[in-house]
Amino acid sequence: MEEKLSFEYAPAPESRALVSIKAKYGHFIGGKFVAGSKHFPTINPATEEVLSHISLAGKADVDAAVKAARKAYTTTWSKMSGKERGKYLFRIARIMQERSREFAVLETLDNGKPIRESRDVDVPLAAAHFFYHAGWADKLEYAGLGTTPKAHGVAGQIIPWNFPLLMLAWKVAPALAAGNTVVLKPAETTSLTALLFAEVCQQAELPAGVVNIVTGDGSTGALIVNHPGIDKIAFTGSTEVGKIIARAVAPTNKSVTLELGGKAANILFEDAAIDESVEGIVNGIFFNQGHVCCAGSRLILQESIADEVIEKLKNRMAKIRVGDPMDKNTDLGAINSKEQLLKIRELSAAGDSEGAQRWSAPCELPGKGFWFAPTIFTGVTQAHRIAREEIFGPVLSILTFRTPQEAIDKANNTPFGLSAGIWSEKGSKVLWASQQLRAGVIWANTFNKFDPTSPFGGYKESGWGREGGRHGLSAYLKGVSHE
Amino acid sequence: MSFYGLVDGTEASLKKYLGSLSGVDQVGADARAAMLATRSIKTTSKRWAIDTAITMVDLTTLEGADTPGKVKALCTKAVRPDPTDSTVPSVGAVCVYNDMVEIARTHLDLIGGQHVGVAAVSTAFPSGRASMVVKIQDTKDAVEAGASEIDMVIDRGAFLSGRYIEVFDEIVQIREVCGTKAHLKVIFETGELVTYDNVRKASFLAMAAGADFIKTSTGKVAPAATAPVVLVMLEAVRDFYAMTQVRIGVKPAGGIRNTKDAIKQLVLVNETAGPEWLKPSLFRIGASALLNDLLMQRMKMDDGYYASPQYVTID
Repeated sequence: MEEKLSFEYAPAPESRALVSIKAKYGHFIGGKFVAGSKHFPTINPATEEVLSHISLAGKADVDAAVKAARKAYTTTWSKMSGKERGKYLFRIARIMQERSREFAVLETLDNGKPIRESRDVDVPLAAAHFFYHAGWADKLEYAGLGTTPKAHGVAGQIIPWNFPLLMLAWKVAPALAAGNTVVLKPAETTSLTALLFAEVCQQAELPAGVVNIVTGDGSTGALIVNHPGIDKIAFTGSTEVGKIIARAVAPTNKSVTLELGGKAANILFEDAAIDESVEGIVNGIFFNQGHVCCAGSRLILQESIADEVIEKLKNRMAKIRVGDPMDKNTDLGAINSKEQLLKIRELSAAGDSEGAQRWSAPCELPGKGFWFAPTIFTGVTQAHRIAREEIFGPVLSILTFRTPQEAIDKANNTPFGLSAGIWSEKGSKVLWASQQLRAGVIWANTFNKFDPTSPFGGYKESGWGREGGRHGLSAYLKGVSHE
Repeated sequence: MSFYGLVDGTEASLKKYLGSLSGVDQVGADARAAMLATRSIKTTSKRWAIDTAITMVDLTTLEGADTPGKVKALCTKAVRPDPTDSTVPSVGAVCVYNDMVEIARTHLDLIGGQHVGVAAVSTAFPSGRASMVVKIQDTKDAVEAGASEIDMVIDRGAFLSGRYIEVFDEIVQIREVCGTKAHLKVIFETGELVTYDNVRKASFLAMAAGADFIKTSTGKVAPAATAPVVLVMLEAVRDFYAMTQVRIGVKPAGGIRNTKDAIKQLVLVNETAGPEWLKPSLFRIGASALLNDLLMQRMKMDDGYYASPQYVTID
């Protein structure tokens, strides 16, 4: 046999035939799909193909949704026992698992993330959130939140485009378990899995109006935030919009939780396991194209091992498979929107002009769609924009440090505080560093690990309140602390 | 010997060299290996992988019940794995006990299998529990009988009690016996070394001492060639190449029984050490049952259906 050295992986595409996408969608209000008036296209960011047309909800639609949610809360959901509510949540979780391939394919088409991630991370975790909170529904009295915790009523929930279905699960599952009804708005560019979830609600025979889904852009979000019939606002998205929401709800009685941006430090000490740390850096910033609020976007690297680590990181990045998100072997998919791509380009150009050194993995990017090669900047300092602003893309800023205290100081020197990573084989150092870092989630020798039992949320401008675990549950109950 | 300039043969220099290695995080290594196991290898790439895997098989029989007849049958299979299809390549080598080397070599030469190597397990395989005199004689016998590859076991007892210099010296001495006649594969028995830190340490120790290949296991102890263990060894040869510009081979052995397992190994090689290692001179798979599954899958790709197992020869 002729000796051939390259092992090219033939295309291994997941089947698109698993999903049927309608040409046009309305809203899901009071247990029924209702027609919308104005529509805008939603596209596959990997190909720019128009997938469908989504309704832009106006005042009348949001009013109808809030009214349906109120009615369901008053007549049905608030009167139902926790045990009965739990049954619905378990049913939803099971149906999501049964239809997991459908959800994964649809998520990948609409969002641009690799099918491997939607299949192995987003969808299983979303189902896990429903399973976990289903268990809480009949145990609220024993959650240590007082003897008779009460639901808020109607929750308005606004979610981002980076993990559309998973963020829906983070919002809807605890709200329902705690006894609230919801009006949820998916992000403008990624509404399809939320609309498929509405079908699941019908399939589970969830009482009409318990879950209402209105689609639209920021204007629809504003209608929800400012609606007088809503008791609680939960938002995940940018710090900029989070501040607007905080101002809007300040003079009202609404409760609010915000899960906002981040500029997480991934601190790599010289005594770390190098190969696994390199994996962790890659997972930290290139997972989901870097569209992760808790992404490890700043590598704070001990100077004594900087050359070795950067060399290994480049070698590893050269092996990242960028391309068709529907291919099962793809590691890095498409940037979710043109707008986001332009933002990533703008900040990267700022990195160049401010004197940082750019290196991108040598990969071929598809001609159509929105793409950005995995990129690192070396020679970055605290004073660079790319060390301070959230890029929300596959771009890593590498800073170096000399002493452990310097690493901590640099890591904390940011208005954000969502997550942080520590890499060291020395347990005492890991414990010390984790106590110094001002961030809501701290991973040691791993990164971007999520679990419904673990509270998630930020310090400082990264957010208010927590999601997940008992802490997250408390945000959907009245008269108890959110921390 | 220079040991690539990494150690000077003293215990102090060996300790310093091994002490400079970074650790391996078990959770991280397991996660990376599990992720690479999700690669989906289809159509043309699967066909290429099957043929490549066949050329990498060290077709093995290591039984107390081995006879000349059994070994000759194995050799015939090694040269022409599928007698009905001449496009199927020969395997890399046959792997036998010391006393079967001459029979294997003679028979291979007789049937046109000069290109197929004979690997002999050595140094009191599988336990390695014998004096150095015996281990050297064991290896000498095999080399003189025509073995082109020596698969030696390390003294795990010495390794686990921290007497690294003893393990190092043994490999150096066996390397000398092999001379230019035989390639040296060093078996760690990773199932007994247990931790990935130990696997990494053993890899660097053996490479500096002169191993041409590092090999996971004897096949007599479970677990054997698990994906994360192979991953750690592939990282070691990659890093050793960066230090010395010398490429050392890797041989997983034990537990790789079907095509899916074999392809997963090739994916590990491709995405860890790199495609330069995807050839029989740098990657081998020690196996017995694997070859027939590779042949079955190869037939299936040609014919579009699974044939009866009777179409694949037993060896």
